[in-house]
Amino acid sequence: MNSVETGPAMLSHAPRPPRPSAVANALTFGWRAVLKFKHVPEQLFDLIMTPLMFTLLFTFVFGGALAGSTSDYLQFFLPGILVQTVVFNSVYSGMGLSTDLSKGLFERFRSLPIWSLSPFAGLMAGDVLRHTIAGLIILSVGLVLGYRPEAGILGVLFSFMLLIAIGFGVGWIFIVLGLLIRTPMTVMTIGFTFIFPLVFASNIMVRPETMPGWLEAFVVRNPVTHMATALRGLMSGTATAGDVMLALTAPVLLTLVLSPLVLWLYRRN
Amino acid sequence: MNDMKPVSAKAIAPDLPSLAISVRGLTKRYGSVPALDGIDLDVPRGMIFGILGPNGAGKTTLIRLLATLARPDGGSASVMGHDVVSNPQAVRGTIALTGQFASLDEDLTGRENLVMLARLWGFSVSAAKARADELLAAFELSDASRKQVKSYSGGMRRRLDIAASLIVTPGVLFLDEPTTGLDPKARQGVWKMIRSLAQSGVTILLTTQYLEEADQLAARIAVIDRGRKIAEGTSRELKSAIGSGFLHVALGDHERLDEAEAILEKVLGAPVQRSAEGAQLSVVAGSTKAANEALGLLISAGIELSDFSMGSPSLDEVFFALTGQPVDGETAGEA
Repeated sequence: MNSVETGPAMLSHAPRPPRPSAVANALTFGWRAVLKFKHVPEQLFDLIMTPLMFTLLFTFVFGGALAGSTSDYLQFFLPGILVQTVVFNSVYSGMGLSTDLSKGLFERFRSLPIWSLSPFAGLMAGDVLRHTIAGLIILSVGLVLGYRPEAGILGVLFSFMLLIAIGFGVGWIFIVLGLLIRTPMTVMTIGFTFIFPLVFASNIMVRPETMPGWLEAFVVRNPVTHMATALRGLMSGTATAGDVMLALTAPVLLTLVLSPLVLWLYRRN
Repeated sequence: MNDMKPVSAKAIAPDLPSLAISVRGLTKRYGSVPALDGIDLDVPRGMIFGILGPNGAGKTTLIRLLATLARPDGGSASVMGHDVVSNPQAVRGTIALTGQFASLDEDLTGRENLVMLARLWGFSVSAAKARADELLAAFELSDASRKQVKSYSGGMRRRLDIAASLIVTPGVLFLDEPTTGLDPKARQGVWKMIRSLAQSGVTILLTTQYLEEADQLAARIAVIDRGRKIAEGTSRELKSAIGSGFLHVALGDHERLDEAEAILEKVLGAPVQRSAEGAQLSVVAGSTKAANEALGLLISAGIELSDFSMGSPSLDEVFFALTGQPVDGETAGEA
């Protein structure tokens, strides 16, 4: 035996531990998401680079022209950029899923006697972590530049809860794509084909009243507009229950429609 | 290996039937293409059982059905007495799967991969770490345990992949082409590991496209082609069914290939196979005496030989002898 020693350690004859609960399985996958963050800190750069550039560019280049002063524009723009950050970053769980599937990792998970949905719970945990970290960094930059959330800590807290709900809902789109497409880059490209027009033709950057009528008609109905409006309201303490309900409509619908589809796609083999 | 006492199959799971795997008329289609076309298989407990076949023969499909990753379209299969369709969760509790491609998280370290899987099996955090360290030591990966898997060599990945299948001792271990893509040294290492696992009483179902691998490891071999089992037996039985030795003849004069083929077929009474390039002829020779006789006739007919040899059959030749047809595809000829 030169290359691999055999001995009692290779096989364990100890009694097996009892089957863990579904929650314990899900937490293990959540731990994996945290580890990935630890080992691939570069992904933080991907997560915040685009929104950071947008914040600086729009505030200082267009801010004065769009809102009269850079500080007024930042006050308008920052909640919107948080929505954009979360919507864009929800691509990562779909890309990660696509990678796991193409590498055969999910085959191993599926051959284990675990709660079959726990790997998805892990993806969700990774999403929450990403959205929270990216959101906090962008908010901090905003605070340094002079952004002030009038509703204070509580407003920020509710805003982040809404952001995570938005990320959760939009995330299903990319999870479906991740299950269908085995190349992570294609998941991103196809996903962004839908996401880009929705994000830009919204009230995130500019008030819709300044747009041509046909576009304004689209923008005021765009779910991303409702999300940005509700987030502005929560940050400034002026949000109504109706605003939040409208913002949550799309995420709730996406979850209701796409989660059974995800289950079906995952189990269809 | 000296300090290890062999553990009988009964000691690992005393209350189970003597068959680890039982398969009857198993079929699976992908679209209109039959991947498995009515396979029967009985694998006794504690045995290394080899599934030999070329790419696309249905080896991986068979493993996927037995590992509950896909549902069969027809027939039945049970693993350690549990039906794969009606009780997949019980099957999953008794099997381990090492697929064709290392199914590991590349971003995580080797140790983290094992700890994660041990946690999924229900180990506490400290027990999971202890088991991971044991396995890493047993598979000589301790030094690399805190490096990301993406920095591992092919052989290291495969060892970690097999270690990941042994967190708890499985009743049946599925190894889907465990040495495909490995260099000869790494292949030897994996073979040694598989042998010592079998000595410990684990049933192993191994697929391979290498005749040599099946020969070296498996107590019984089923040869499958196009979703069907075309032969089954011990390595010795298969070889004697095919012929004890293969005569390979290369001609100096390509013009006379047809003539040489006719002579060989007549003397040895077996179909002659031409190599892909057409310069070499291969044929089952019942004995060295018969082979000598055939060579003598070729020479006395004035056919110039640039080379000749007697050897064991390659997988191509096994298939040709069993099916009368060459193997489709390009990857099956390395054995």
